[in-house]
Amino acid sequence: MAAVLASIVNLNEPAHVVHWHFFQMSVPNLLAIGVMLLVFVLALVLPFPGAARRRAAEAQAKR
Amino acid sequence: MSVAPPPKPPGGDSSKTPHGDSWTVRAREAAVGALPPEKLLPDGQPTYVASWIYIFGVATIAALVVIVGSGVILALKGPAWWHDTGVGHFFNSIHMWAVELFFFTMVIHLWGKYWMAAWRGGRARTWITGAVTFLIAIPAALTGYVSQQNFDAQWISTQAKDAMNSVGIGAFFNTTNFGQMYSWHILLFPIAVVALVVGHILLVRRHGVVPPFELEQRRS
Repeated sequence: MAAVLASIVNLNEPAHVVHWHFFQMSVPNLLAIGVMLLVFVLALVLPFPGAARRRAAEAQAKR
Repeated sequence: MSVAPPPKPPGGDSSKTPHGDSWTVRAREAAVGALPPEKLLPDGQPTYVASWIYIFGVATIAALVVIVGSGVILALKGPAWWHDTGVGHFFNSIHMWAVELFFFTMVIHLWGKYWMAAWRGGRARTWITGAVTFLIAIPAALTGYVSQQNFDAQWISTQAKDAMNSVGIGAFFNTTNFGQMYSWHILLFPIAVVALVVGHILLVRRHGVVPPFELEQRRS
């Protein structure tokens, strides 16, 4: 059970850091920014429930 | 015996009422004029709002409600409780993760509004209050991290003091002064953030959600 609940990475040590020239950021922060970008793109492309029906009803009303 | 209320003039012209020149009447009429009830609490939103990109603002507000609620409980119980009890750990984590969610959703909301040029159509103040909320939320979070009363807080506060000194505000914003940081964190910054968010929402209600660019504008 403990293995199931355990973290997939060891949290009992300092975070790894990505360092490239002037750029320096911890891997957790980099991952968080990556997930934010992913969520942003998904929010733009995924269809919203009921949006097509509302647009069709609006187009119908305009005719 | 009861006193009859003064007669209401037709059309609601306050200048003809007995107290028409009072500041309360003027304030009420200005408020209702700027935000009539049907605008403050509308029946629905335009069709273009039916998109996932529009939910991050309200998600940010939801996170703020959890932050304030859990923060009130943490303030009432104190550091010994949030460090040494299971329920205290739970509320400590709720507070911290709600802050993570607050920034996560607020930044995506900000990205979305930036690329929509959400300041269009007389919405500059809506944009500015949102952007300033983001800027104020950063020191609000920092003062929280240095108020934890643990080694993490000590590390962050001693690192942050150099940043404060480098910009010349270390003399009156001392991150190693727990009492000062805690006061900023649980009183001054929350008041500022909540007031800005309320103002931001009222401005959104007044001017409406910014519409998408017209197709012709997108092509040009």
